[in-house]
Amino acid sequence: MKAQQLNEEIMKIKKNLAISDTGFVFDPSTGDSYTLNPVGLELIQLIKSGQDLPAITTHITGKYDVDAIAFERYYLDFIATLRQMHLIDDNA
Amino acid sequence: MTKLAFERPIIQRINAGLPSKYGLPRHIEPLSHIEGVSIRELLSRYGSPLFILSESTIRRTYRDAHRAFSTRYPNVQFAWSYKTNYLNAVCRTFHQEGSWAEVVSGFEYDKAIANGVPPEYILFNGPDKTRDDLQKAIKNQSFIHIDHFDELYEIIALTKELNQKARVAIRVNMDTGIYPQWDRFGFNYENGEAWDALNRIMASTQLELVGLHTHIGTYMMSTEAYKTAAAKLAALAVGLERKHKHHIRYIDIGGGFASRNTLRGAYYPGTDTAPSFDDFAEAITSALMSSELKPETLPMLILETGRALIDDAGYLTGTVLANKRLADGRRATIIDAGVNLLFTSFWYDHDIRPVEATSEQTEDTTIYGPLCMNIDVIRGSILFPLLKKGDHFVIKRVGAYNNTQWLQFITLRPKVVMIDTQGQVHVVRKEEKLETINAQEVVPVHLDKIEW
Ligand SMILES: Cc1ncc(COP(=O)(O)O)c(C=O)c1O
Repeated sequence: MKAQQLNEEIMKIKKNLAISDTGFVFDPSTGDSYTLNPVGLELIQLIKSGQDLPAITTHITGKYDVDAIAFERYYLDFIATLRQMHLIDDNA
Repeated sequence: MTKLAFERPIIQRINAGLPSKYGLPRHIEPLSHIEGVSIRELLSRYGSPLFILSESTIRRTYRDAHRAFSTRYPNVQFAWSYKTNYLNAVCRTFHQEGSWAEVVSGFEYDKAIANGVPPEYILFNGPDKTRDDLQKAIKNQSFIHIDHFDELYEIIALTKELNQKARVAIRVNMDTGIYPQWDRFGFNYENGEAWDALNRIMASTQLELVGLHTHIGTYMMSTEAYKTAAAKLAALAVGLERKHKHHIRYIDIGGGFASRNTLRGAYYPGTDTAPSFDDFAEAITSALMSSELKPETLPMLILETGRALIDDAGYLTGTVLANKRLADGRRATIIDAGVNLLFTSFWYDHDIRPVEATSEQTEDTTIYGPLCMNIDVIRGSILFPLLKKGDHFVIKRVGAYNNTQWLQFITLRPKVVMIDTQGQVHVVRKEEKLETINAQEVVPVHLDKIEW
């Protein structure tokens, strides 16, 4: 996937992940587990609910003290990490 | 409605069962003030990056070391190792506390003189003393610590030319059970070379043998090695008393005590592993006291402690330039201070802290300096709080060897400030400018004109 497309496409989080309200993530297909910080958990939930980047940006910048440009950087970095951990379904 | 503080989103893998390579996770506490002075304010006033020295810490550390030795031995003298940090403000603080000077070049010798050190309180070490240096030291009656036979014979020749006696000691290298053994400086103990050199000196009417010197290594964590070293120098002194009825004035055990920094890759932090001044003092003084040296002619004990006296007093602070992701997904944080300023990051896993409060979150991070060079790594891998561009960091225990071994490489060196014992801040070294560097250069006339 090209970087450009990140902005336009709705991300698909890997389907069978178990995600707790405290930010604990378990991937049954590999046995790996992860922790999310609160903002990371919120983003995963927004992505799972099918929101795209513009919608997520509006939500986050409305709630937190961060501007859209700065947020986009952190968002893309976060997605890159998820992909690196094979937690994003690129074939969906 | 006020908005919530934003922390960048992160996810981290949990390695259940396997002990982490970081050992127990330790929360990295921010450090916002030094001696009650705000680091942020210092950065905004003096620029970023910035070296900060604490005069109180220098004095406190010196007094602790001096107490450890002087409560165990009747006659103790420290000599400040100039190469460890020869900023004049630092040297003068040690001299005010009573330290002599230990120098290893003509440049350092002249610096000590310029700092007002009486020449007869200067110990002149090292393999590189020029003819001029030796002449000066002989005339000034400084203590010359002879490194090799060529130097010994050059000094004898010079004393004849000058028709003046020289005060000399020899540097002795030896097996103290430490590997690698430092045998490139001075005369060897085990093979009898040191004893030969002493006899040669005693045979000369021009040389006054005043002491015995050794420096067994640096960042030594073994107090046993010092016990061995002190016992061997004491044995030489006893030999001189027996054979020549000559009493030396001092035994100089050199420097080398580990500071509380953590060596690269060490499992336990240096704050847990470095022996205390009391530990070193106990080893050295007990070896001297239990030797055959006579109590009424005990020589002065000289210490040339460097890093253990100054590391804690130095801080390097600066600013985060950027964050990025490495190919393997790890985080990289780029800061505005690199190995050009922090030479000791080649040896140590330096204790680096955020200046501003952060959340509990940490991420496996590589911390790079600003140089466009692959070697510029401050910490290879550290669980570090999530700093953003513009946030500040401070690195602890950088007082030793950085203000002397730093490089004018790619960029200029910043200011050094000292916080005095009253909390007042003084610039003790100005920042370099382009003019500072260009002032040393001379452009040949034919390169004056460039046509484009
Ligand atoms: C002769 C001599 N004395 C003292 C020192 C100071 O050593 P340290 O900083 O390890 O205490 C050195 C450093 O290499 C040295 O060469």
